[in-house]
Amino acid sequence: MGVLELDGVRITQDDFTLAADWAIPAGALVAVIGPSGAGKSTLLGAVAGFVPVSGGRVLWQGFDITQASPSGRPVSILFQDNNLFPHLSAFENVALGVKPSLRLTADERAQVEAALARVGLEGFGARRPAQLSGGQQSRVALARVLLQRKPLVLLDEPFAALGPALRMEMLGLVAEICRETGATLLMVSHDIRDAEAIADHLVLVSDGVAQAPALTTQMLADPPEALRNYLG
Amino acid sequence: MSDPARHARALALLFGGLVAGWLVMLNFGALGAVAWRAEGLSALRGSDWAAVRFTVVQALLSAGLSVLLAIPIARALARRQFAGRGLLITLMGAPFILPTLVAVLGLLAVFGRSGLVNQMFDALGLSRFNIFGLHGVVLAHVFYNLPLATRILLQGWAGVPAERFRLAAALGFTPRDTFRQLEWPMLRDLVPGAFLVIFLICLTSFSVALTMGGGPRATTVELAIYQAFRFDFDMGRAAALALVQFGLCAGAGVIAWRVALPSALGGGMDRPVQRFDLGGAGLRLWDAGLIIAGALFLLVPLCMVVLRGAPYVVGLPSEVWQAAGRSLVVALGATAVTIVMTLALAHAVLALGGTRGAVLEWLGLAALAASPLVIGTGLFLVIRPLANPRDFALLVTMLVNAGMAMPFALRLILPDLRAEMATQGRLATSLGLHGWARLRIVTLPRLRRPLGFAAGLTAALSMGDLGVIMLFAEREGATLPMQLYRLMNAYRQDDAAGAALVLLAASLALFVVFERWGRGRAGT
Repeated sequence: MGVLELDGVRITQDDFTLAADWAIPAGALVAVIGPSGAGKSTLLGAVAGFVPVSGGRVLWQGFDITQASPSGRPVSILFQDNNLFPHLSAFENVALGVKPSLRLTADERAQVEAALARVGLEGFGARRPAQLSGGQQSRVALARVLLQRKPLVLLDEPFAALGPALRMEMLGLVAEICRETGATLLMVSHDIRDAEAIADHLVLVSDGVAQAPALTTQMLADPPEALRNYLG
Repeated sequence: MSDPARHARALALLFGGLVAGWLVMLNFGALGAVAWRAEGLSALRGSDWAAVRFTVVQALLSAGLSVLLAIPIARALARRQFAGRGLLITLMGAPFILPTLVAVLGLLAVFGRSGLVNQMFDALGLSRFNIFGLHGVVLAHVFYNLPLATRILLQGWAGVPAERFRLAAALGFTPRDTFRQLEWPMLRDLVPGAFLVIFLICLTSFSVALTMGGGPRATTVELAIYQAFRFDFDMGRAAALALVQFGLCAGAGVIAWRVALPSALGGGMDRPVQRFDLGGAGLRLWDAGLIIAGALFLLVPLCMVVLRGAPYVVGLPSEVWQAAGRSLVVALGATAVTIVMTLALAHAVLALGGTRGAVLEWLGLAALAASPLVIGTGLFLVIRPLANPRDFALLVTMLVNAGMAMPFALRLILPDLRAEMATQGRLATSLGLHGWARLRIVTLPRLRRPLGFAAGLTAALSMGDLGVIMLFAEREGATLPMQLYRLMNAYRQDDAAGAALVLLAASLALFVVFERWGRGRAGT
């Protein structure tokens, strides 16, 4: 039995529908792939609680979280953009992952510093996002994910604006963090090489259905027809 | 699972509901008290109906003249570039926060009995003219609203893409063609709203009519309410007049509901578009003349206030300074109340969304058409059986001022709050930022600029307001504008000139301090 279970989930938005009925095991690193407009981000949004589900249930460790608010779910999410508050320093942006009130104890401040150091940003805490490069901004957001210690990490292509090498480096860092914390990862990707590099499972979204996850190695060795069409 | 998001939403709706309830009470509850006391419209005399006619006629004339004159001036400003252009456009925002009595004193110094213009007429052997009456009221309203109309229309010109003017040049348009093809369609969209805003402002004119009106032939309904109240002690007639005024405002408000009202508070006007239809020397002279005339009309009265008042500031009697202190307290109190209420209402508007949110938003903007004297009359009637209304003069003034400033504050804050929620709402929600923590860490820092601007406007408007206080206050406990009015009435010209300068300085200082605060360290 999986740690995250989509039990007959249906998402309906105007004339668009998406169905998903599967589970993923704890600690899995899952890439969601498929053509643009197929509903990859919508699927993540439903898991995170930003997109309402019109049918079925979302279960976490057997508990029904279908009606829970986004902050009531065991989820850290990074969006395509707007992952940092531009008026807060890097330190404050990370510290939000510990306590949204930003009233930190000395111990918690040390944790924030340690998280910044972990992503290679020691000494950058006082800077504002505008004073950081794109890669550094991604690292700040990742440091916060690290501190949030949520068991499910969702990535909605937060590194899409970075170059291929830097993107791969960030994804590697994500994979490391997930292994360290034992978190499960669900990430949207439109580049099969990204998925291949870090994901152990693939979910293919096309034609209104999010297919059940399959092992990456198997999928790529013997691609089903829908995947062959997508890969072209 | 505890749910702080739902909790925060409930809190937003609770506070928003409280504010909405207060606004309903202020705008409509006071009216209920008035209606109950009015015993129908039979108390009205013939002169009261003359006041209704005068109110509508002067508002139509003021709005019409302001917009008509603003069209060529805005057109000239839009197509010319010159040193000081940005400063002039900024100064055109000043009348908005200029206390009415200060403007009136400035205008009297130019157009009054012994003002600059009459001195010139004397020198030329022409007979002097009398400013008081309909033309005085309209002149003061045009002084106030011509810059406002110009700024609204300039936004329209700024909204025409520069590429269209380039295309027009490529097609060989003359200035006349440009007007017909590009400028006229823009004006057709914008002018009705601009006219309506100014018409609404002039409909509730009290202090201009009080000081520039001339006896029973030039009395607005607002002024008639005050006179029935203070001089005749005729509560029934004051209440009946208040009903009439409410009817006028409600009628205009219904029309405003259907026409999009423009706002001249935003920026983006000081970017001159490169234009190719600049015509020859004749057109250049025409534009220059318009701009200079407009600037003189605005600046000379203001300079006169400063020049006439400066020698007398030091020797002002202590009542003036005490009144200034009281006004400062009222202004700061009104500012705090406005900002808190606006934030609460804006959050509730966004939390509700849809039609219900729009109704809430309309309620916040409704005060645009509300009459301070109607509300004041109502509150007076409500308080009187319970306590001496005079004791509440400053509190009532503060609360009414806060209600009056709310439409402007809401218009400034709501769009930015909406944008903030759209770009960063999901991030804040995913991090579990709710309620006070979200307000403190995200919303207030991100909204610092519109908050500062709204606070500055509220403080300046409240500092210079002469309205409801005139119903409530006795000799003691006057605000600075009221004290200034007394000095003017007692023909203490020198003290009045000094007090006007103090009032002008205080209003500007309040605006500048808050607005500067808003610009400081705002997030990018």
